Amino acid sequence: MKIAVCVSHVPDTETKVKVGSDGKTIDPSGVNYVVNPYDEFAVEEALKIREKDGGEVVALSLGGDANKETLRKALAMGADKAVLLKDDSERDSFAVAKGIAEYLKSYEPDLVLVGKQSIDYDNLQVGGLVAEFLGIPSVSVAVKLEIADGKLKAEREIEGAHEHVEASLPCVIAAQRGLNDPRYPSLKGIMQAKKKPIEEVDAAKAESRVKVLGMKKPPEKQPGKIVGEGVDAVPELVRLLREEAKVI
Amino acid sequence: MSVTILAIAEQRNGEIKKTSFETIRKAREIADELGGSLKALVIGNTINDAAKELGNYGAEQVVVVNDEKLTHYSTTGYTKVVSEIVKKENTGILFLSATALGKDLAPCVAARVDGAVAADCTELKVDDGDIVATRPVFAGKALIDVKVEAPVKIFTLRPNVFAAGEPSGSEASIEEQSVDISGDDLKTKVTEITETSKGKLDVTEADIIVSGGRGLKSPDNFYLVEELADVLGAAVGASRAVVDAGWRPHDEQVGQTGKTVSPALYIALGISGAVQHLAGMSSSKYIVAVNKDKDAPIFQVADYGIVGDALEVVPALKEELTKALGK
Ligand SMILES: Cc1cc2nc3c(=O)[nH]c(=O)nc-3n(C[C@H](O)[C@H](O)[C@H](O)COP(=O)(O)OP(=O)(O)OC[C@H]3O[C@@H](n4cnc5c(N)ncnc54)[C@H](O)[C@@H]3O)c2cc1C
Ligand SMILES: Cc1cc2nc3c(=O)[nH]c(=O)nc-3n(C[C@H](O)[C@H](O)[C@H](O)COP(=O)(O)OP(=O)(O)OC[C@H]3O[C@@H](n4cnc5c(N)ncnc54)[C@H](O)[C@@H]3O)c2cc1C
Repeated sequence: MKIAVCVSHVPDTETKVKVGSDGKTIDPSGVNYVVNPYDEFAVEEALKIREKDGGEVVALSLGGDANKETLRKALAMGADKAVLLKDDSERDSFAVAKGIAEYLKSYEPDLVLVGKQSIDYDNLQVGGLVAEFLGIPSVSVAVKLEIADGKLKAEREIEGAHEHVEASLPCVIAAQRGLNDPRYPSLKGIMQAKKKPIEEVDAAKAESRVKVLGMKKPPEKQPGKIVGEGVDAVPELVRLLREEAKVI
Repeated sequence: MSVTILAIAEQRNGEIKKTSFETIRKAREIADELGGSLKALVIGNTINDAAKELGNYGAEQVVVVNDEKLTHYSTTGYTKVVSEIVKKENTGILFLSATALGKDLAPCVAARVDGAVAADCTELKVDDGDIVATRPVFAGKALIDVKVEAPVKIFTLRPNVFAAGEPSGSEASIEEQSVDISGDDLKTKVTEITETSKGKLDVTEADIIVSGGRGLKSPDNFYLVEELADVLGAAVGASRAVVDAGWRPHDEQVGQTGKTVSPALYIALGISGAVQHLAGMSSSKYIVAVNKDKDAPIFQVADYGIVGDALEVVPALKEELTKALGK
C-alpha cells in the first residue's frame, strides 16, 4: 500500500490568541507550534497499516519552512518519507487541498489519511476536498478502520451513533480521536528522523476562496457570581436559573 | 437575475432535525435581505410529509429527492444529489447545518460545483449585497469575518446558535425531483448505524448539558451526573481527563479536541476549566460551575458558581430541581 498522510503545523492548544498587526491573522510571537493533534492519529493509523500489509508511508505538509518541524515528528514516529509542499503565502482549505491533490495525482496513493480537523482554522474540509479533487471517496471523523482484500470498512462518528461505512480504494480517511493511540517517537526514531531528507516541492498554485475581512477576539465572558457555598446555595441557584436566566 | 438560496434540511429516520429549522429560518432571512428566493432540499426515502413541515420556518418550496438508495446517508450519493440540484436550480448560495452530515457533505459538494465553504458560521449578515459570515477559529479563541468568492458560496451554520423561531403553521409545496444514483455514486455506502449512547441525547444537539470532570472522584459517581441530566432532559458531557481515564466514552468529551457546544445551559461539575475545555463550551449561553476550589478557572466563565463538594451539591441540586420542575 502507498499511504499518504497529511499533517498540518498549528499553534498548540495552550496558545493565548492575540490578533496580529494586520488585523486578519494571529500574532505569531511567543506561539508554540506543534503537529496538529488529530494528525497524530492519522500518522499512527498509516504506520499500523504499513506494519500489517507492508508498503510506504509518505508525510505531506503544505506551508513554509516551519512545517518541516511537523514533518520531522511524522518521520520520528516512523513515516518513510516526508515532502514539504512549499508555499509561504496564506491559503484557505480550498487552496491547501488543491496543492495536496495536485501532488497526489502523480504519487497515486492507495490511501490518504488526514486529521479530522486542523485546530487552527477548524474547517474540517481538506479531506473531503482532496478526495473530490482526486475523484475518490472519503470517510470523515473515522473512529475505526479496517482494510482487507482491497475493501475498506470504517466507522464514522455522527450524533449519538456510529455509521458503518464501506468504501472503495483509493480513499481519503479523516482520523478522529479514538481511532488509535498514537505512539511516542522512540529515541532511535528521533535520531533517524534527523538524518532523513525532507523533499521540497513547490506547491501547485491555487487561489484562496474564503477571504478574511478581519479577525477579532470574541466578547469576554464576564465572570458571574458565586451563588454560595455547598448545599445551602442550591435553592438560590435554582431560583436564579428559573427567574433570572430563564433556562429551565 | 435574482438569487436563489438552496438550504439543505436533514432528516434521520424520516424526521427533520431541529437544527435544520434554524438553518432554514436564517436562510429565509438572508434571502429576503438579498431580495432573492429560498428553496429547501430534503434527501431520503418517502420523506414528503416531513418536508412539508419546513413551511413553518420560511421555506415555501421544498425540493424532495426520494430514493431507496438514499435512505441512509452516503457521502458520494448525497454529494451527487446536492451537486445536481445546485446545478439544476442554478443556485449560487447553499446553506447547510454544521452537523456530522453537513460538515462531511459541504467540502465534497464545494469541490464538485466549483464552490467554497465558510464553515461553522455563528453569524451571517448581508453587507453591500454580499454575505459576510463570522466563524470561530482557533477553537473559538478568535473570530474571523469572511466573504466567499466562488461561483457557489456555501455556508454551514453551527447548531444551537440561530433561532428557529415559532412555527408559522404554513405548509410548504413539494416538488419531487429525481437524480440518478449509480456506479461511482455508491463508492461509499452506510451498511449499518449503531447507537453509541442508547437513545441518549448527543452533546451537540442538547439545549442543556451536564458535564462531569475528575472532581467526581470515580467513574462510579457519574450516576449523579446522569441523574441530574435526566431531570433536566440534558445530555451528559465530560472533560478529557475523565475520558482519558476511561471513565466516560470519547463521544461525550467537550473541548478543543472533543466537541464544541453552545447549549442554553452548561453545568460543569468538578471540572477545573482548562483552556482546552473552555474552548469547547465557553459560548454556552449560561454556565453553572460546581467546584470545591474557589480559584478554579471555570469560575472565570461561569454565570453562577457554587463552591463546594460536587458529591454533596449534585444530589441536593437534583432534588431541588425535581421539586421545582414538578417531576
Ligand atoms: C499566516 C497564515 C494564515 C492563514 N490563514 C488562513 C485562513 O484565513 N483561512 C484558512 O482556512 N486557512 C488559513 N491558513 C492555513 C491553515 O494553517 C491550514 O493549513 C489550512 O487552512 C487548513 O486548515 P483547515 O482548518 O482548513 O483544515 P481542516 O480541513 O480542518 O484539516 C483537516 C486535515 O487536513 C490536513 N491539512 C490541513 N492543512 C494542511 C496543510 N497545510 N498541510 C498538510 N495537511 C493539511 C490535516 O491532516 C488536517 O488534520 C493560514 C496559514 C497561515 C500560515
Ligand atoms: C492537546 C490537548 C488537548 C486537550 N483537549 C481537551 C478537551 O478537548 N477537553 C478537555 O476537557 N480537556 C482537554 N485537555 C485537557 C485539559 O488540559 C485538562 O487536563 C482537563 O480538561 C482537565 O479535566 P478536569 O477538569 O476533569 O480535571 P482537573 O483539571 O483535575 O480538575 C478537577 C477539578 O475538580 C475539582 N474538584 C476536586 N474534587 C472535587 C469535589 N469533590 N467537588 C467539586 N470539585 C472538585 C478540583 O478543584 C479541580 O478544579 C487537552 C489537553 C491537551 C494537552
